[in-house]
Amino acid sequence: MIITSFALVGLVFVPIGLASLSASEQVVEIVDRYDIDCIPEQFQNERLAYIQNSETNKTCTRNLIVPRKMNSPVYVYYQLDNFYQNHRRYVKSRSDKQLRSKAYEQVTDNCKPEDKANGLAIVPCGLIAWSLFNDTYKFSLDSKVLEVNKKNIAWKSDQDHKFGSDVYPKNFQSGALIGGAKLNASIPLSEQEDLIVWMRTAALPTFRKLYGKIEVDLELNDKITVVIQNNYNTYGFGGKKKLVLSTTTWIGGKNDFLGVAYLTVGGMCLFLAICFVLLYVFKPRTLGDPSYLSWNRNAAGHPS
Amino acid sequence: MAPTRRLRERLRWSKLYSFSCVRPSIPSDNEDPYPLPAPGCSRIVYCNQPRVHRKKPLKYPTNYISTTRYNIITFLPKAIFEQFRRVANLYFLLAALLSLTPVTPFSAVSMIAPLAFVVGLSMAKEALEDWRRFMQDMEVNSRKVSIHKGEGRFGYKHWQKIRVGDVVKVEKDQFFPADLLLLSSSYEDGICYVETMNLDGETNLKVKRSLEVTLPLDDDEAFKDFRAFIRCEDPNPSLYTFVGNFEYEQQVYPLDPSQILLRDSKLRNTSYVYGVVIFTGHDSKVMQNATKSPSKRSRIEKKMDKIIYILFTLLVLISLISSIGFAVKIKYGMPKWWYLQPQNTTNLYDPSRPSLAGIFHLITALILYGYLIPISLYVSIEVVKVLQAMFINQDLHMYDEETEIPAQARTSNLNEELGQVDTILSDKTGTLTCNQMDFLKCSIAGVSYGVGSSEVEVAAAKQMASEASNAPGQLSSSQDFWEDSGGGFGSSEIELESGITCTVEKPQKPRIKGFSFEDDRLMHGNWTKEPNAGTILLFFRILALCHTAIPELNEETGGFTYEAESPDEGAFLVAAREFGFEFCKRTQSSVFVRERYSSSENPVEREFKILNLLEFNSKRKRMSVVVRDESGQINLLCKGADSIIFERLSKNGRMYENDTSKHLNEYGEAGLRTLALAYRVLEESEYSAWNTEFVKAKTTIGPDREAQLERVADMIERDLFLVGATAVEDKLQKGVPQCIDKLAQAGLKIWVLTGDKMETAINIGFACSLLRQGMKQICVSIMNSDLGMQDAKMAAKENILMQITNATQMVKLEKDPHAAFALIIDGKTLSYALEDDMKNQFLSLAVDCASVICCRVSPKQKALVTRLVKEGTGKTTLAIGDGANDVGMIQEADIGVGISGVEGMQAVMASDFSIAQFRFLERLLVVHGHWCYKRIAQMICYFFYKNIAFGLTLFYFEAYTGFSGQSVYDDWYMLLFNVILTSLPVISLGVFEQDVSSEVCLQFPALYQQGPKNLFFDWYRIFGWMGNGLYSSLIIFFLNINIFYDQAFRAGGQTADMAAVGTTMFTCIIWAVNIQIALTMSHFTWIQHLFVWGSIATWYAFLVAYGMSSPLISGNAYQILLEALGPAPMYWAVTLLVTASCNIPYLAHISFQRTSNPLDHHVIQEIKYYKKDLEDQRMWKRERSKARQETKIGFTARVDAKIRQLRGKLQKKSSTFSIQVAS
Repeated sequence: MIITSFALVGLVFVPIGLASLSASEQVVEIVDRYDIDCIPEQFQNERLAYIQNSETNKTCTRNLIVPRKMNSPVYVYYQLDNFYQNHRRYVKSRSDKQLRSKAYEQVTDNCKPEDKANGLAIVPCGLIAWSLFNDTYKFSLDSKVLEVNKKNIAWKSDQDHKFGSDVYPKNFQSGALIGGAKLNASIPLSEQEDLIVWMRTAALPTFRKLYGKIEVDLELNDKITVVIQNNYNTYGFGGKKKLVLSTTTWIGGKNDFLGVAYLTVGGMCLFLAICFVLLYVFKPRTLGDPSYLSWNRNAAGHPS
Repeated sequence: MAPTRRLRERLRWSKLYSFSCVRPSIPSDNEDPYPLPAPGCSRIVYCNQPRVHRKKPLKYPTNYISTTRYNIITFLPKAIFEQFRRVANLYFLLAALLSLTPVTPFSAVSMIAPLAFVVGLSMAKEALEDWRRFMQDMEVNSRKVSIHKGEGRFGYKHWQKIRVGDVVKVEKDQFFPADLLLLSSSYEDGICYVETMNLDGETNLKVKRSLEVTLPLDDDEAFKDFRAFIRCEDPNPSLYTFVGNFEYEQQVYPLDPSQILLRDSKLRNTSYVYGVVIFTGHDSKVMQNATKSPSKRSRIEKKMDKIIYILFTLLVLISLISSIGFAVKIKYGMPKWWYLQPQNTTNLYDPSRPSLAGIFHLITALILYGYLIPISLYVSIEVVKVLQAMFINQDLHMYDEETEIPAQARTSNLNEELGQVDTILSDKTGTLTCNQMDFLKCSIAGVSYGVGSSEVEVAAAKQMASEASNAPGQLSSSQDFWEDSGGGFGSSEIELESGITCTVEKPQKPRIKGFSFEDDRLMHGNWTKEPNAGTILLFFRILALCHTAIPELNEETGGFTYEAESPDEGAFLVAAREFGFEFCKRTQSSVFVRERYSSSENPVEREFKILNLLEFNSKRKRMSVVVRDESGQINLLCKGADSIIFERLSKNGRMYENDTSKHLNEYGEAGLRTLALAYRVLEESEYSAWNTEFVKAKTTIGPDREAQLERVADMIERDLFLVGATAVEDKLQKGVPQCIDKLAQAGLKIWVLTGDKMETAINIGFACSLLRQGMKQICVSIMNSDLGMQDAKMAAKENILMQITNATQMVKLEKDPHAAFALIIDGKTLSYALEDDMKNQFLSLAVDCASVICCRVSPKQKALVTRLVKEGTGKTTLAIGDGANDVGMIQEADIGVGISGVEGMQAVMASDFSIAQFRFLERLLVVHGHWCYKRIAQMICYFFYKNIAFGLTLFYFEAYTGFSGQSVYDDWYMLLFNVILTSLPVISLGVFEQDVSSEVCLQFPALYQQGPKNLFFDWYRIFGWMGNGLYSSLIIFFLNINIFYDQAFRAGGQTADMAAVGTTMFTCIIWAVNIQIALTMSHFTWIQHLFVWGSIATWYAFLVAYGMSSPLISGNAYQILLEALGPAPMYWAVTLLVTASCNIPYLAHISFQRTSNPLDHHVIQEIKYYKKDLEDQRMWKRERSKARQETKIGFTARVDAKIRQLRGKLQKKSSTFSIQVAS
């Protein structure tokens, strides 16, 4: 019975593993790290100063080659590295009440130290909102602009229920310290999808967040030009910035690990099944054989 | 009461006690002739002036007793204190307090709620138990007693209102409300009979007598102006001593224990007594003897504490790691993390003071990783134990239909300890025996009468018959014996239970209490046709005359009942009555017997003049009466222990000695109590010469008197003529021999501790098959009784030590594996043997003996022996008893079991479990104990597994958050984890799990040994489970993290945020631990299925409900299952993968263990599963009979020994035969 169950698990797992591996194979992914290359030669030794200086030109152009045909939609992500979005101080620093409705604008208790600017409540308050990612990407293919759709990149429920349509940014980035992006004070929070995506804090210090969608197919060897506004400071903490273009399948993005893990576990089960078969062949024990009872085994001449 | 009243007028009852009825008068001065030892004798009592004792300095406690632990005011502080003495609870309290500060990683509610629940539940349980104690106290306190209210009037008052100095009147069969000084009784000479069953377990009545000077105070009026003054010892627990002076009418009289009536003893055979209260309430001797019931904890729980400490260490360790990590990150990382605004920090995150931040973080971490220590473990265990206790209470197999008393688990925290018992210490009277004597057999003139057989014989015979039918060739070796005997098994398995019923129920005629004799040769007057009719007549007369009982006419039936000093005597009288010699009247000097020689004749009333009565005492071991019959002939009738009688026979009185002693041996082997009867004809002159001596001896003054009387008695009790012997069955409780046999087969050792005489104890030893013929009895005792002398004491001690060493040597040198030893030791010897320098030798000897019987032991010694066994062997002990004298032992033992039946409730009140009959002990231990042990052991292991698996994932995640103390799970998930999502399956495991059914448990007593050997809670297993937890945590965390690392997890392109990762990980945990428990269980009912699968379903249901609640509550978990995770195949794929990989190693391990090295219950499970027991009954039976521990006691062992003996004889015969042939 044990053998069959092990074999069964193995037989179920191996196909799942193969299926997810093949799904993962179909995903086409372009990853481009640009944080270092986007800093002009003369600033390479003082990157931090460069990024903090509001006077410098932050525009940077990158070229990407499409390695395989990418079917629409092609998702555009930014990936940050070594950024502790999961730090307790950071995670706690938000006010869900304030984000949700105008009535709670003043509720900023959890948002310290980014709760008030000049004595006025900041909307949206807190470190998370304050450090909003503010690099921008513009894509063009053969000098034709590739539209990036920034609609529907956030969870629908977030837009509908967590970020109020009557809540407008106020006093944002107006304090002594300027963090990340500024928000357009005339657009309600529920429409600020970049913010909504950003507010979903990542579980790990390396994370990707959805930037937008390119809703045309990209052909093999297409050369995509990206114009990046390299504003966001990851240099202070030595983080990397990457631009990612990826398609998805049913398992999401490229994820060989899942398939490999399934295959490993399935394989192990099959191996165990074989082991037990061998054990059964070489050292059989009839189930319920009374000679294995302790009093029989201890007795001097047990019937065998 | 009326007949006794009448009786009293005619009879000065104490005349019977010829040794003491003549009182030496005591000369006394006013100058305090009996100086009391100064220290410890400060108590002053003004009799009949209770008012004096209301004020200081003579204010003594009232008679109110309280055995409760708390009262209304102290309950809260005390109970809370008790709760927080548990380290784990204290930790949780601190954590809860700290959760109110900003260092906390969780919300305060999620910390406080479970703690409040756990503590509240435990406290509620405490309160309930204390309430029960309170009600019991109230019942006692509000008993009523008649008390002198002044002016010679008596009225009823509650016990609790009694004060020192009160004069109380106690009526027949009432308990004494406090320690009293006896003033007078319904008998003119101020004696009364007292039953001290509750104090020392002795069932024979004890005589107390008042001072002569207070005898006139014998009616209510007399107390009008009664004034007296008592100076006596301070309250102390010694039951058998009392020192004091009684000052009355300007005279001082010394007091001794014989005037003191102790609380909780009972007035018997006396219609009323007057007494003055000396010690009340907690000052009384019995209460002083009471020890605070200690709170007991089971072995498993103690070990669990150790595990908790290990986990604490682990907790502190990982907290340290994480706080050091945090400090380092704060120092080196934080200044660079501009998005955290390091310049605007509080102490918690201040990069300039990393060590301070580290210390703060240590606290955070200690709280965060608190999930390693399962807070719900305590509460779950409490719940499980209460439910287990309910099962014990409801078990119909332990319900006594006669008394309608079920078994009761009074404290539920020792259930699992029942499965680990190694030694049972049992009381005798009321526990093993019913304290009822049945006249069963007799031997008259060398002929044995009586065809009934004792329970032991019946049971043993059954066994014997079955074995004999199995083994046609008895010469074959034991192994072959089992192999060859196949065919006979079907018929041989006579259920032992049927053995009980056939002896107890005699359907032919209504059973007469105390009489189970069956033999038509003697009944219905048939004895006259026997050859030795004359001797038989004499035998019956001795039965009817030689006693100290008084008859009481039962007005309803017209028959007589007898108030006898001991139950044996009662049985003799009943027997005599049944034989046609009805003892019907006693006057001061005569006994009247209605004799009827055949059933048709009318009875003739004969008068026998009682000339002298030589009373029974344990030294003489005999009693005699000198009677003159109607023809004027003087006879001395004597009954006594056979050894004593046999040495006093005359030359021609030895006619029947050989036959009788053979019969006596047989009776003894059958566990019967025997006495020999003899008589002597006295010449008138001879008698009168002796009588003058006797009267002289009686009037002797001083300590010599007893010795003188004995000497004189000895002179006349000679040259006796043996008539016969009686055999009385000390009726064992139902099923006792079978139960002892089964318990012995389960590998338990049984010690008997009794307050009774050595002979009685040995008898019962035989009756219970704890002793048998051929067993080597080691009797340790001392002869000289001169205590007090220092050198005598030393000598006695040396003597005992030598006896013990010799015996130990003997046991060591014994080669025969079947040889069994029995140790019999008496209380006096025990008092030396229990001293520190000797107790270890004593213990090691006792452990080597198959059975140990301690007789004449005091309640205190019972407790000491129990402690010695408990601490000396380090094994679990169980004490079982029914009387107040067993309370000490019951409290001292790891488990105390009280027999709730006839006697008072003290033992039950002190016990942890109460059962109605000894025989239920088998089921309580072998079935419930076995199950509860396994259940709790598995449950605890699983708990640690589950919490490690969960708690460590938090730690791993820490490392990814810069050790900041953020948890990946929502607070609510964590709160629910222990409380709802994983608790019910483990509770159902703890309540319903059974490895094998109860029948199998009983059929294979050897399975019980898994408990005492602690197979299921040894460190190997515990660490195994912990390792499993560690493995699972690694799998759960790293598989999830690697899969959700950075990629989109669904076709919509969204990446996983913390809520998604946390929820997925949590789903995996829920699945993994629930599947794990499903694999652990071996017994599934719909309840288990419901709980296991229900828990998983609850998780999803919760997730949906939580997701639908307002986002203000659910935060990032809003709509998480329905919108984000549910539609993603990845989520389900990960769940499946992680669950499977968590459980595969465990599955592989147990399957490997089962295939290569199965445990007993595995094999039996398989046999049952494949119904092999039905297909191959022969094998099943064989295994059943093999599944016994090697045992040297119990009737199975007895039968084996007998078979061996027979075999030996046969062998000898055949060998001599062959030698003869050869020669």
